[in-house]
Amino acid sequence: MDISIFEVLGPVMIGPSSSHTAGAARLARVAALIAARPFSRVDFGLSGSFARTCRGHGTNKALLAGAMGLAADDERIRNAEALAAQRGLEARFYEEDLDWLHENAAHITFYHADGQTEVWGASLGGGRIRVSRIGGFETDIRAECPTLVVHHLDRPGVVSEVSRTLAESGLNIAVMRLARQAKGQAASLVIEMDGAIPPEVGERVRQLQHVTEVIVIDVS
Amino acid sequence: MYHSFKEWFAAAERRGLSLAQVVLENEMALEETDVETVLATLADRWQVMRAAAEKALDAPQPMTGGLISGQAQKQTHYAETGGFTGAALNKAMAWALSASEVNASMGRICAAPTAGACGVLPAALMAAAELLWAGARQIQDALLVASGVGALISRNATVAGAEGGCQAECGAAAAMAAAAVVTLAGGSNAMVGQAVSIALMNCMGLVCDPVAGLVQLPCSFRNASQTVSALLSADLALAGQDAVIPPDEVLEAMARTGHSLPAALRETGMGGVAATPTGKRLKKELKLDEL
Repeated sequence: MDISIFEVLGPVMIGPSSSHTAGAARLARVAALIAARPFSRVDFGLSGSFARTCRGHGTNKALLAGAMGLAADDERIRNAEALAAQRGLEARFYEEDLDWLHENAAHITFYHADGQTEVWGASLGGGRIRVSRIGGFETDIRAECPTLVVHHLDRPGVVSEVSRTLAESGLNIAVMRLARQAKGQAASLVIEMDGAIPPEVGERVRQLQHVTEVIVIDVS
Repeated sequence: MYHSFKEWFAAAERRGLSLAQVVLENEMALEETDVETVLATLADRWQVMRAAAEKALDAPQPMTGGLISGQAQKQTHYAETGGFTGAALNKAMAWALSASEVNASMGRICAAPTAGACGVLPAALMAAAELLWAGARQIQDALLVASGVGALISRNATVAGAEGGCQAECGAAAAMAAAAVVTLAGGSNAMVGQAVSIALMNCMGLVCDPVAGLVQLPCSFRNASQTVSALLSADLALAGQDAVIPPDEVLEAMARTGHSLPAALRETGMGGVAATPTGKRLKKELKLDEL
């Protein structure tokens, strides 16, 4: 049997829907980690079933709560709007055609003091998610295990330097995906690890030549 | 490794293990973890399930639309009279209604196998455990067997209402719960299989038709009725009834039936009771399709 019993008895989550509530919270939480900087406003473009059944499933509250870093089983999700007001966070929801992405898709824009971060992703069902695009990069981030996202310049040897640093720290790579905008330009490396990623390892990768940004995503 | 009820039961027999032990060993191998971790997580999940099944008994939960707010409390009061089906079944229904209310109110629940069906397994298992004076260890085994059943339904049929209708959600939960109750009562492996077949036969083709697209109505009543179905399926199996159709074949029928349901009856809120004049009026009044 290749299905874990905790996929059957789980997830532990805030209702009412694993795809429209738990998955929404998780997607926005991962997106906020990817944004990696403080933001004062966040916009959610929603399509398909996500847009149509948003308020009935509390998808808006879940997305907002996730953007504020709340986990999918945090009972404060219900009061996400009040919490956002307390924190001075502004949020906007609008309908957008994202059918190319998924039935339950979201386009999340974070507004920082010095620019924006855009993240596109979807809730796949059962609380599972996928981030498909970050800014100009196509990607595939599921966040089902600790994940390292390394933005860098597309130069020979960067990938092997990153994997060597991880190996030296005793970390095992489960899956590695590389995406680039164009040859020699900005590139993005998504690395799923078998175990937790200690902060100092992220810092060591950040020090490598041609690496511009390192994001550690651990929401398991 | 097992991929069907037949293989699961054969593995247990061949190795002289209980069904629960086979599930436990498979989980440890699959997740590369130890027995303590699995059992601790299982105990945590059971704690969440029980808390949700009790939370709304004396406190109606607020929710968007409010279609099922207060149901658990009403049933709890009524259970004291004994009703027609007895205090135990009425109490079991109250537990199922409570979990449904908590889920609808954006409270904390444990999906089993889905959020919409999260009341069935805890309610049926709590009812059986109370009657049998069952302890934590027995409940643990019952939950392992229930998960084994759920994993097989998920793999060989479906547990998504959008794919298979309510039979795939509350129906699957009833099959899991029936297997759990038979395990708790010390029934044989064959009886576990019979209970699964009976529970799924009794809701074959049940549609998913949430009013106004909310996970409230008829979801809470289906949680209550499938809880009762789980307990009676266990009773039928424990009495030695022969379901005749093996559980693997019932799963096949369930998948086939689910796929032949029109989309209107698969969690779109477009058919069944959702499409009644009252259902449509509620949808319009609640304006839930606006962002």
